[in-house]
Amino acid sequence: MNLRKNYGDTIAVEDVSFEVRRKEIVGLLGPNGAGKTTTINMILGVLEPAAGTVHIAGVNLATARSRALTSTNFAAVYAPLPGNLTVYQNLTIFGMLYGVAKLKRRIEDLMQEFDLLSFRDTKCGLLSSGEQTRVCLAKAMLNRPKLLLLDEPTASLDPATAQEIRAKIRGFTQRDNDCGVLWTSHNMHEVEEVCHRVLFLSHGRILLEGDPKTLPRDYGKSTLEELFIAVAREPLSLEGTAAK
Amino acid sequence: MIPRRMFAIVLRYIYLLRGSPARVLPLFAWVAIDIVLWGFITKYLNSVAQSGFNFVPVLLGAVLLWDFFTRVMHGVTMAFFEDVWSRNFLNIFASPITIAEYLGGLVLSSIMTSMVGLIAMLVLASAIFGLSFFGVGLVFIPFLLILFAFGIAIGIVGSAIVLRLGPAAEWFIWPIPALVSPFAGVFYPLSTLPEWMQGVARIVPASYVFEGMRAVMVGTPGQYRPGVALAWGTVLSLVYLAGSAWLFTSTYRRAVRTGLIARYSSETVS
Repeated sequence: MNLRKNYGDTIAVEDVSFEVRRKEIVGLLGPNGAGKTTTINMILGVLEPAAGTVHIAGVNLATARSRALTSTNFAAVYAPLPGNLTVYQNLTIFGMLYGVAKLKRRIEDLMQEFDLLSFRDTKCGLLSSGEQTRVCLAKAMLNRPKLLLLDEPTASLDPATAQEIRAKIRGFTQRDNDCGVLWTSHNMHEVEEVCHRVLFLSHGRILLEGDPKTLPRDYGKSTLEELFIAVAREPLSLEGTAAK
Repeated sequence: MIPRRMFAIVLRYIYLLRGSPARVLPLFAWVAIDIVLWGFITKYLNSVAQSGFNFVPVLLGAVLLWDFFTRVMHGVTMAFFEDVWSRNFLNIFASPITIAEYLGGLVLSSIMTSMVGLIAMLVLASAIFGLSFFGVGLVFIPFLLILFAFGIAIGIVGSAIVLRLGPAAEWFIWPIPALVSPFAGVFYPLSTLPEWMQGVARIVPASYVFEGMRAVMVGTPGQYRPGVALAWGTVLSLVYLAGSAWLFTSTYRRAVRTGLIARYSSETVS
């Protein structure tokens, strides 16, 4: 709520407030440098907000960091799992860190779900980028998080695998445990397909919010991609000007 | 503190050791070479000195204790550097692990690896050169614990330096034992040092260990009686230990405030 982060005079994120509800997939969109990753890092507890608070499953991250992080997890292209450990070893270690009960069973289930059984004893560094993404997603779901943060989870995947992964994540949010997902992506078709709601960030502020299927129309654009380009190039023209 | 999270850090290191002989060999190879080298030097000195003075406990014992300290320190920093090298900060620090649990995991990893080195040294030093610490009695153990605590503290300080300055700063960390050793009086009584170096030595816990052990093993009274050396060494090493934990925690908090944790994960070692 009311998240703010500045580096000296440079404001990275300003007055960002939003909620991710159960079983909801929220798209966090915006051009490069808009503040998406800064926002995600603050939610993950690896970046301290200058102002504002983060609550995960009702727990304040600032005052009960460890307990709050037990209910979350993440996957990001810039945070691969250690390449010198095997798939099984990585999942075991992170399962222990996240306090996963019946860990062996959980790892087996996830390896099966993400087609990783044949890579069980392969070092993660030897996997293709698509396979590494699948391992990261398996790690992200180990603890059945209440809040799952996915920073461009399909960026390195071919279209067929990306579609498969999207289906798995959707299935996970609906089936597993009332999980909410915060998803960043530059693929607007993907966002339309997956997200129930989107937040457009521009210059560190939430500029627009709404249903990805109807939002473009509200602002006189025919597609989400067109709206994205407008946010990136002329954010001022969109501020508070929803089309009638 | 949840022990399972600490054991996760230890298990990660066990997995790495299991899969890499290049990590296992240095645990005992360098210390073994040191013991063999210094063992023969002390034998040679015994043969030429003709004074009846036994160099084995003084020099070889000192080498063994100093190598133990170095292994303990490197045990902590190596376990920490594994996260640096694999750009794993974000994954680790975005998990529920607390700083106390993380440091606990590093310390347990260091205990595991330094014990391998210590056992290798004790076996070699006693089997080949007849050095027996156990002949000294139980007093050997508290002195060893002081070195252990000091090694842990310096290892944590080294890790904090890398957390603060970035992955490239690891090259500041390796030579730390060499920088400390002149002030620790590993091979000579502190009285050998000039006044200003003796002043510095007074705040180095290891200096009390070597003065104390010399007094115990060869009966040459140094600047302190063994009991006094033990007391000062214990107090100082505990102060260093607490100080190092404080330094790492405040460095971590600063890194979270400034965004360094997130930045290191996307940085290569440069």
